[in-house]
Amino acid sequence: MRLVSEFRQSELVGGLVQNIRRHAVKKARFMEFCGGHTVAIMKFGLRQLLPPSLTLTSGPGCPVCVTDNADLDKAIALAQLPDVIIATFGDMVRVPGSRSSLQEAKAGGGDVRIVYSTLDALALARENPGKSVVFVGVGFETTAPTVAASILQADREGLNNYYVLSLHKLCPPVIKALLDSGEVNLQGLICPGHVSAVIGSRPWEFIARDYGIPCVVSGFEPLDILQSIDMLSAQVAKGESRVEIAYRRGVTPDGNATAIKIMEQVFEPAPARWRGFGEVPGSGLSLRPEFQRFDAELNFDFDPGPTINEKGCLCGEVLRGVKIPPDCSLFRKACTPENPVGPCMVSSEGSCAAFYHYGENEDR
Amino acid sequence: MCLAIPAKITKIDGTDAEVEIGGIGRKASLMLTPEAQVGDYVLLHAGYAINIVDQKEAKETLAIFAEISQLMEQG
Amino acid sequence: MAKTKTDKILLAHGSGGKLAHDLIRSSFVPALNNPLLSQLDDAAVISHEGRLAFTTDSYVVQPIFFPGGDIGKLAVCGTVNDLAMVGARPLYLSLALIIEEGLPLADLERVVESIKETARVAGVSIVTGDTKVVNRGNADKLFINTAGIGAVSPGVDISGHNARPGDAVILSGPIGDHGIAVLSQREGMDFATGLKSDCAPLNSLVADMLAVSDRIHCLRDPTRGGLATTLNEIAEQSGVSIRINEEAIPVRDEVQSACEMLGLDPLYVANEGALVAMVDANDAGAIVERMKKNRYGQNAAVIGEVRKENPGRVVMKTGLGTTRIIDMLVGEPLPRIC
Repeated sequence: MRLVSEFRQSELVGGLVQNIRRHAVKKARFMEFCGGHTVAIMKFGLRQLLPPSLTLTSGPGCPVCVTDNADLDKAIALAQLPDVIIATFGDMVRVPGSRSSLQEAKAGGGDVRIVYSTLDALALARENPGKSVVFVGVGFETTAPTVAASILQADREGLNNYYVLSLHKLCPPVIKALLDSGEVNLQGLICPGHVSAVIGSRPWEFIARDYGIPCVVSGFEPLDILQSIDMLSAQVAKGESRVEIAYRRGVTPDGNATAIKIMEQVFEPAPARWRGFGEVPGSGLSLRPEFQRFDAELNFDFDPGPTINEKGCLCGEVLRGVKIPPDCSLFRKACTPENPVGPCMVSSEGSCAAFYHYGENEDR
Repeated sequence: MCLAIPAKITKIDGTDAEVEIGGIGRKASLMLTPEAQVGDYVLLHAGYAINIVDQKEAKETLAIFAEISQLMEQG
Repeated sequence: MAKTKTDKILLAHGSGGKLAHDLIRSSFVPALNNPLLSQLDDAAVISHEGRLAFTTDSYVVQPIFFPGGDIGKLAVCGTVNDLAMVGARPLYLSLALIIEEGLPLADLERVVESIKETARVAGVSIVTGDTKVVNRGNADKLFINTAGIGAVSPGVDISGHNARPGDAVILSGPIGDHGIAVLSQREGMDFATGLKSDCAPLNSLVADMLAVSDRIHCLRDPTRGGLATTLNEIAEQSGVSIRINEEAIPVRDEVQSACEMLGLDPLYVANEGALVAMVDANDAGAIVERMKKNRYGQNAAVIGEVRKENPGRVVMKTGLGTTRIIDMLVGEPLPRIC
């Protein structure tokens, strides 16, 4: 596959690994913020290639994992309304809320459809004029512009049965909250490549400048991630802290101005609840007043019910990087992929799912 | 949060496009990348092109990897 | 009473009355023509000496027509293959249909034609059947159940319990074709591909393999849950571990691309025309060569080996030379954006 397989060539791995070994003389912990990086690291077994001086920690960059039960409950309550079609990305379907999940709501008679894109959700709205289509908007700055674009499209077409439940979140504020908590000791940050494709690399500059932590914006193929780890190691070795772009084919310092403009035209920053962090100011996106008629929260009469957070579930601490899944008393006992208690076990990017499947693993 | 893959634009009609990814065809929206042309590679995420892939940079990155590899063999 | 020509299945078609009889006589019997079926007795009486293999499966695939096949072809292949996987020669099938009221007759006839053709290719007869019609909304167009009987030759002992350390693991062809072909037709996914389901009857392939070696220990077709789940099942049943090589596993470009786009892993995608075999390593070469001569085994390859340590575990060596554990599938493989 063009522009993918070239970045997986095994012949090129050795050189990068050797470079990492040369640079990573000091012990260092790097965090890969983005769940997509967590998956790639697991899938390609990249930890096996790193020297013992380096540790990789997963961050809260899994939008499914950080969706609070209260928000999930809203989506589930909407799914139970008559004449409502819920359109959602597959990621969200099995995540347990306080009492139920979208999958269970579907089994109970709710009309829940998995879509790959808001384009498909718009098509559902056009094809079902007697029903309301509510798109569950999950995701960071990579996805939010696509949802914003769908709202502009619905507006243009005069579609009056398309709504969005915005659970979108922004990355820089939560990284700041994470660093401010002082809970995690990091020597480097692998920055999310596709979020950066949209917002550019400049939003990460405060991390290097104010916290002295090196940042490298990374792509998702194994060579990309190894290159990024190499660049971080080199910065650590030289005592530098800057923002560098390794993923130069996808990211520029200023990002995609059109995408940013569209996102900001439809959404405005708002407080948001992150599982594990509580409320983080300015870290969520809600629809601007002029787009209120598309806002699912304002246009339906629904009751999500009281929020219950499962006691003993350590997803929050795991997401903050302060605990690992085996520290959780529910891990592997009450909480397994077949019967997940928290989203970190359900989501394919969740740390708990990754630990469960690959954890005490790697047959050398 | 990040699943985006390089896709080649094969046809454009306003802000709608058809893209090709290793033998698979899909429609995509260019609302976020209106300047994209037929033949460009874009990063496809959830049905939208979120950025245009800089093929020159892609080549340079691969060249860097190749160079690192050669240095390893010599060194 | 005037005869009404109907173009849709009605509840009356399932009630055993005249309409039902007409349907059976005019559609099913001629298409599936064989002496046992034509008797139209309540049961088919069959003579046989020796061991029999007996299996059943139900088919509820959506949509019922997909690139490379349909629910009818799937129903025949699925049951024929289950029999083949224990080394049986498939002989007779039963065919039970549960039809949703309102299904166009033309669709039903198309499915029956497909069943006929697939049965012919597989060399099996449909000897008994049943038809029921349910109210609109109570069956997604059409559900099919098939049961099958096959003959097991003396000395044949092929089972998921028989994998032995040292065995070679053989895969008959590319993985992921069926699941992706079907997914491409689903509303909300909608991508264009020339991919067809690999749905195929594998009894001739198995017969070819058995002709070359009597040291085939396990056979299984990786349907729902994909290759990963099947290997895990066998590893657990046999109390062994399995190690596979990513580079050796054939995957078509389109399957790889679709999986990359949707965040799926080909190892977990359903197949309907592939099989995996655990065989004595000394026979592996000859078996693969013979498989390649069969139209359903052209891309056959040794993909790994069976080991003793860490029973129940399946491990894969990636293209980069690293290893990762391949777990069983949990839930359905859902397309994702993360």
